[in-house]
Amino acid sequence: MKKLIAGLLAGVAMAGMAAANDSVLSLQSNPNGWVLQTGDYANTRYSRLSQINRENVGQLQVAWTFSTGVLRGHEGGPLVVGDTMFIHTPFPNKVYALDLNNEGKILWKYEPRQDPEVIPVMCCDTVNRGPAYADGKIFLHQADTTVVALDAKSGRVVWSAVNGDPSKGETNTATVLPVKDKIIVGISGGEFGVQGHVTAYDINTGERLWRAYSTGPDEQTLMDPERTTHLGRPVGKDSGTATWEGDQWKIGGGTTWGWYSYDPITNLFYYGTGNPSTWNPAQRPGDNRWSMTIFARDADTGVAKWVYQMTPHDEWDYDGVNEMILVDQEIDGQMRHLLVHFDRNGLAYTMDRVSGELLLADKYDRAVNWTTGVDMDPNSPTYGRPAVVEAFSTRAGGEDVNTTGICPAALGTKDQQPAAFSPRTGLFYVPTNHVCMDYEPFRVSYTAGQPYVGATLSMYPAPNSHGGMGNFIAWDATKGEFAWIIPEEFSVWSGALATAGDVVFYGTLEGFLKAVDAETGEKLYQFKTPSGIIGNVMTYSHRGKQYVAVYSGVGGWAGIGLAAGLVNPNDGLGAVGGYASLSDYTALGGQLTVFTLPN
Amino acid sequence: MPPTKLAATALAVLLAITPAFASNSDTVAFSQEDGKHFTVDGTPTFYVAEDGTVDWYTFSGFRRYHSECHVCHGPDGMGSTYAPPLKDAVMALDYWEFIGVVAAGIQNVDASHENVMPSFGLNKNVMCYVDDIWIYLRARGAGAIDRGRPAKRADRPESFAEHERACMGG
Ligand code: HEC
Repeated sequence: MKKLIAGLLAGVAMAGMAAANDSVLSLQSNPNGWVLQTGDYANTRYSRLSQINRENVGQLQVAWTFSTGVLRGHEGGPLVVGDTMFIHTPFPNKVYALDLNNEGKILWKYEPRQDPEVIPVMCCDTVNRGPAYADGKIFLHQADTTVVALDAKSGRVVWSAVNGDPSKGETNTATVLPVKDKIIVGISGGEFGVQGHVTAYDINTGERLWRAYSTGPDEQTLMDPERTTHLGRPVGKDSGTATWEGDQWKIGGGTTWGWYSYDPITNLFYYGTGNPSTWNPAQRPGDNRWSMTIFARDADTGVAKWVYQMTPHDEWDYDGVNEMILVDQEIDGQMRHLLVHFDRNGLAYTMDRVSGELLLADKYDRAVNWTTGVDMDPNSPTYGRPAVVEAFSTRAGGEDVNTTGICPAALGTKDQQPAAFSPRTGLFYVPTNHVCMDYEPFRVSYTAGQPYVGATLSMYPAPNSHGGMGNFIAWDATKGEFAWIIPEEFSVWSGALATAGDVVFYGTLEGFLKAVDAETGEKLYQFKTPSGIIGNVMTYSHRGKQYVAVYSGVGGWAGIGLAAGLVNPNDGLGAVGGYASLSDYTALGGQLTVFTLPN
Repeated sequence: MPPTKLAATALAVLLAITPAFASNSDTVAFSQEDGKHFTVDGTPTFYVAEDGTVDWYTFSGFRRYHSECHVCHGPDGMGSTYAPPLKDAVMALDYWEFIGVVAAGIQNVDASHENVMPSFGLNKNVMCYVDDIWIYLRARGAGAIDRGRPAKRADRPESFAEHERACMGG
């Protein structure tokens, strides 16, 4: 406890000294560039550029391309700052600076040396969701958990810090969040029994300032038993161990590999935690706090202001890491500061981001069946809890029992692929999966650095639907309603982009870049890029011309699960092989494609 | 199962192919010991009854494969964008080569590859069930079972439970 109080005091002192990160704030307000992977601190993935609009987007053409030289899944996207584009690759995590004034000539290249032993520890491909820019530096969190600051002009390493231990299963796939004088980073390894954490480093020196774990006693979770709240009530002492049996919290998961957003007004940053480990719920009785939780933490001190656990005692691997999008919208005639989150568990949450009050929780895929919905009555003892349907509870089923027909599958109604928001339509544009599963938990033993899974699953397209494995939807988060739904053959694993031209862009696993009308969802343009798209679409403007850019490079969870196609084991004999295989459409690649309008 | 039938099939196999070749492509159950089947040269193998019931080890292998290998090698041994299809690989490897790869791993890293197969030698969740995974994948490779979860399976033999207790505990 002593440590915590010292941390709090230090934070208070620093808050007076540090200004908001001015470089990021001013660059994110300049629509010509793209300074963070998420577009802006609020994670809206919205651009005010409108040269490319719904009238002319049909004439889009490829302006130029670039091969990254790496054949693994390419998540994330390029950054543009001034006349330079920064692009990155999956392991070995190269970064290139390309000169936009000189036809994309390479200004510098960074290629770290990393132990190949880290490759197999990265569950499900060696993706990386890219660097961020601040204060004249590029910040990258590598697979081996080295955090590096590169001089944006030369690529020279200014500092580097080691955030985790890959030999214990700690790796990284996420981008970083530069806030004020700090770089905030997460960790992967939920399938290896890692105890998840977020850590802040000094933006100038790389010195470690604080670390906040997802599970553990208060001095590890940086929670204040009285002042940190869960749905308006104090969390109480050592809430990060109280709902675990024995020492399981030490290998309890709750990793932090998703997206981070930040609100300069409240000085809070927001992120979600992943699954409790193992996947066998019988081995970890209790709510397993604070896995599967939305966190609002103070950006100076790391102390949690509020939390909300979406899926207590997970039984399906519904990691809560997806992005938290910060918007101001009217609900019931009242302007609210909202946090909108599309969770893996199939529920879209609308919350008050200042107080942590839960406003709406609705299914954003009609197939979702593991819950009948969330208890929204503040006076109920089960307030905020999802009501679990017994038939789809893998815990109720028990060890060595195959629970069938659960929707969504473990990859969630949406995984990390981020949604976009347009203030012009007030709608969210969400790439989704439309996949269900059978799930059979069984007992596993823990070995440091070895996978710690404990369940067998089979996945298949949502039954009694359109037969495809994805949808691209428009969602009204003030009402919890669909505006429109575009069925897709495969999961949509690409981050969306919304623009002031009233166009929404997204990529598909077959490799198409698609543009649709933000109001109607009508398809306006598509182009087949060299490989499947799991990257996020971005836009920028250079010398008065707007460009749209995206990575191709199939892989990630989607490439592993869908390459050979899916089968529904419950369809009975003979139905096997009835669904589309990704390998019939695309092969490995690693390219950047940049689009623009003809002159 | 009827031992006479097994013996007859095995004899037919012996007559049809040379023993050297048999060590790799022979998947026919020649003998069994408490629900675990072996080819004529003593390699663990699967047994699928006429009504489609699979032996316990094939089923156990299905489960362990989808817990430990599926995240890289894709569902049903079919391969992925990340790692090769093991249903085919096990038909080209012999039993000891397979065990060797699983225990030691493979590093194939150069300018154009970043392929690493982890070493599972110290992982009980894999090594205690490595025969089961081999048996399951051979059943897939030989076309004896379809994709997906085997619908019907034999009961868990007592000797399996004993082995599991000893291996996972010790
Ligand atoms: C972290 C990812 C990963 C996991 C988990 C994994 N493998 Fe592999 N495996 C690979 C890769 C990548 C290769 C290909 C290496 C190469 O290029 O030679 C491979 C190759 C192999 C091969 C050799 C194939 C051949 O054609 O000779 C075997 C056998 C194998 N794996 C078995 C297994 C088994 C059994 C499991 C589960 C217990 C497993 N692997 C789990 C990544 C993985």
